Order: sequence, then C-alpha cells, then structure tokens
Amino acid sequence: MEQKLYFKDYNEALKQNKILGLKCRACGAITVPPKMACRQCTSPDMEVIEVKSNGKIRTFTTVFVGAEGRESEVPYIIVIVELEEGPWIMGNLEGVDPKTASMELIGKKVKMGNKVFPGDKYSAGEGARPLFSLVN
Amino acid sequence: MKKVAVVGVGETKFSGPQTKTEVELFAEAATEAIAESNLKPKDIKALYIGNALGDFEEGQGMLQAYAAENIGCMYVPANRYEGACASASMAVRDAFIWVASGYYDIVVAGGVERAATMGTGLATRTFAMFSDARYEYPAGVTFPAVFAMLTHLYADTYKIPLQKLREQMAKVTIQSYKHGSINPKAQFFGKNADMTVEKVLGSFVVCTPLTLHDCCPFSDGAAAVVLASEDVAKKLTKKPVYITGIGQASCGPLINQKDYLPRIRAREISSQQAYKMAGLKPKDIDLCELHDCFSIASLIAAESLGFFDYGKAGDAWEKGEADIGGKVAINPSGGLKSKGHPIGATGAGQVYEIAKQLREEVEAGRQVPDAKIGMTDTLGGDGGTLVNMIFERGW
Repeated sequence: MEQKLYFKDYNEALKQNKILGLKCRACGAITVPPKMACRQCTSPDMEVIEVKSNGKIRTFTTVFVGAEGRESEVPYIIVIVELEEGPWIMGNLEGVDPKTASMELIGKKVKMGNKVFPGDKYSAGEGARPLFSLVN
Repeated sequence: MKKVAVVGVGETKFSGPQTKTEVELFAEAATEAIAESNLKPKDIKALYIGNALGDFEEGQGMLQAYAAENIGCMYVPANRYEGACASASMAVRDAFIWVASGYYDIVVAGGVERAATMGTGLATRTFAMFSDARYEYPAGVTFPAVFAMLTHLYADTYKIPLQKLREQMAKVTIQSYKHGSINPKAQFFGKNADMTVEKVLGSFVVCTPLTLHDCCPFSDGAAAVVLASEDVAKKLTKKPVYITGIGQASCGPLINQKDYLPRIRAREISSQQAYKMAGLKPKDIDLCELHDCFSIASLIAAESLGFFDYGKAGDAWEKGEADIGGKVAINPSGGLKSKGHPIGATGAGQVYEIAKQLREEVEAGRQVPDAKIGMTDTLGGDGGTLVNMIFERGW
C-alpha cells in the first residue's frame, strides 16, 4: 500500500515553511509527521492537508555537547512545539541566547521558519527542521 | 509453557575504553555464565546476543556468529538483537520464550558493547540514531537532549520548581554512586562515593539542565546468562532464579508520544504485562534494576513501574524510599549511572545483578536483605523499546 504522504514531500514543503500533515477520514485526528496509519485510530484512510505552523513551546534544552560533525553548532536550543492543531514537532529556536534559555520559554508562542541539516555520511541526505522564533 | 530459570550468570567489568574486542568481551562473560551453570559449550542450544552499535565500534557486523564459534558453541543458531539500550533484555526475553516453549532446553543470552571505545563524538552521533533520523535528528537531538527536555517537561507537568527537581535528581546520582563505588564490576568502582548535591549541580553542563553527573558514562562491557527449563535447571543448581513475568512494548518517535509524556507509555504497558504474568504488584518487588541512563530517567521509570505516584519519585528518593531498606531497593548495583552502560549488554547486566542479589552473593554494603523478588527495566531509544522482567527465588 502506498503511504499518502512521504518524507520527501513533507521535507520539500518544510523547506517552504509549510507543514504537511495527514487528516484521518475515519476519526478526524491529524498526524504529523507522516506515517502509514493514523496516530489515533490506526486507519490508513487519511488525506494530505497543510497544518498551521504556529504553536507554543512545550519543552526545550540547550545542547552543549554536539554529535560528531555538528560540534560547531553548539550551543543551540532544541524545542518541542505543540502546533495549534495538536501535533508535537521538534525543531530549533532562534532569537534567544542559548546560554540564558530558561523555564520561562515553556508556553511561549512561536512562529516557524526552517533550516536544512545538510546531512552527514550516515543520514541518506539532507533533512529540514523547523526553526522557530518567539512571537512578540 | 515450561518454567524457565536463570541457572548461571557472567559479566565483565564495565569500563571506559579498553582493548578487548567485542567477541572477547562477550566470550569472557558467556564462559563465566556457562561454567557457573555446570555446563559445557556443547550443551548450549542457541545463543541470543544484544549488540546495538558493533558496526560502528569495530566495523564488526554479525558478531553473534563469531561469538558462538569463539566460545565453542559450534554451529548453533546465533541471533543478534538491536533495540538500542534494551538490546540484551530483548535477547533474554526471547530466550525465555524459546525455552518456555520447549523448543530449546538451554540457551545463552546476553549482550556486548564498546560504546566508550568510540569516543564522545561518534558515540553521541550513533546514540542519536535511536531518535528519529528524519524528524528529530535534523534539529540536533542527542540522547542527553531527549532526557533534558523530559526534565523540563517533568518540572512543568508536575509543577515542581526546576531547582528543587535538580536537587532531587542529584540525590538519585548520589545514591547510584554510593552503591557503584563498592561494586567491583562497576565502571565507577572506588569512585564518586563522596559526591554532594553541590558537586552534581556544579559539574559541566551537557544539555540544560543536565550536568555530567546527571548522565551515565559511555561504557565497554559484556554480560551473559544461561536460561534452562525447570527440569534441567533443578539438576544444574540448588538456586535456580525463575523468570516469572516478562513484558515488552514499542513506541514511535518522542514527539509521537505526546499524549503521555513525561510518562513513558510503552513502559507502563510492558511492566503491566510482567506484573500480570507473575501475579504480582509493584509493592511485592524487593529490588529493581531500572534504566537510569540519566538521573531524571530514574524518577520517570520508578513512577511508570508503579513504585511511586506520578511527580512524587523525587520525594521518595529524598526520603530513602528508593534505597536499600526503603519501599523498593532501586539499582543496588549502582545502575547505569555508576555501574556503567555498555548499551547492548546493559539488560543482561541487570539480570546478572538480580540473580546475584536473590542468591545473596553481592558485597555486604549493597546486599538487599532477604531479597526474594527482583525486577529489571530496560529502555531503548527515547521510549521506542521497553522490556521488563520479574525474577523469583526457586528455593
């Protein structure tokens, strides 16, 4: 069975600052990122929709020890954002000093851009990730 | 279904980078377990080995076949299990099922890893392979980052001031170091016994709010156990340790676990399977070797296993309820944080500790008095694989 939305198309949309998701025709739940079965009821009967990319920060960390090949990126902030329509998504946060990031970030509203991880010898190519910034 | 017992256990010292190969390390642990079982390699019907990253550590794939041949288990079926940090527990659980089914009567299960040999950069990169490669790694997620984010989420969910939570987490570290410092097999044997809250909080920050002392080390090491059916076990040992409950569950990327986090739902399902099968409840468990890859991971695990209420495990550690003499003795081995975490071997190392504890064969300072029922808890990835097992004295 063909999956309704593949990583390739999700990734291309993310590079245009758009989040594609899957809306279940059976239960109405929205699944992000793409997979074969609805996250709520496991039905494969889903349609591709564009999901609103704004949301709020649910948790965060500032990374000081990076993986091989990414040492020059530290320190950087990773955030998990709850999108307005419910799904959680992982990305980075810009516009905040990583060394002063604190619990006050949790609950803050964010808007989304993107930044492409160019890939390394293990990653089978590039992958975009959301790059969030605080909404003033 | 047959009853299945652990009849012998073996373990190398868990350590930083060292020179023995993975096959040599596994052979050391496996031959110790086979000898302790009063068996010979020719008696072993199959070999199940956990190994997560051997391909990266030594450029060695399919090491299970080489390990079998190395120890003289000639031409037996040898299977490798990869479930990140839960790999060896998957191997032991499957070995249990095969022996319980009656297909095999004697099986060796265990695991091996040389994570420390990789060094911090490659180890951090390869451990991150257990997060979602497409939807999480581009953001630069690392293993400490996962548990750092769970720490902030835990503080927010249960409305615990971050500073208070960090101090409670430091108490977890101090307890782990205390037990590990007198465990000769532990990576931190003879070390860190004088750790203080101030030293934990003041050490190098890996990922906010986790410091070096909130994190387990990268480790090399191996562990192995021999499982036998009840009829065989009774002939081999006077102290068979029966596996009376097992559970395993899987889950998707961290972000897809949003309905439950910071609870790990796969752990709740896995442990409930094990409790139901054993006919036991959390209050019946005398000791538990649980997956404390980070100090916060201990709190999250102890709650999902049913030992303490959600959001209250930190209080329990502060009161000594998670220590020897408390409600349940957590990680008298020192756990992953002090005994060490050679990821593909860790689960078998937990079984090693439970068997030794139930037989009352560990150092006096960390022996759980009158321990009759033990439990293991092993987590792979960020909740992607969970395995729980319950063990009881057979004498």
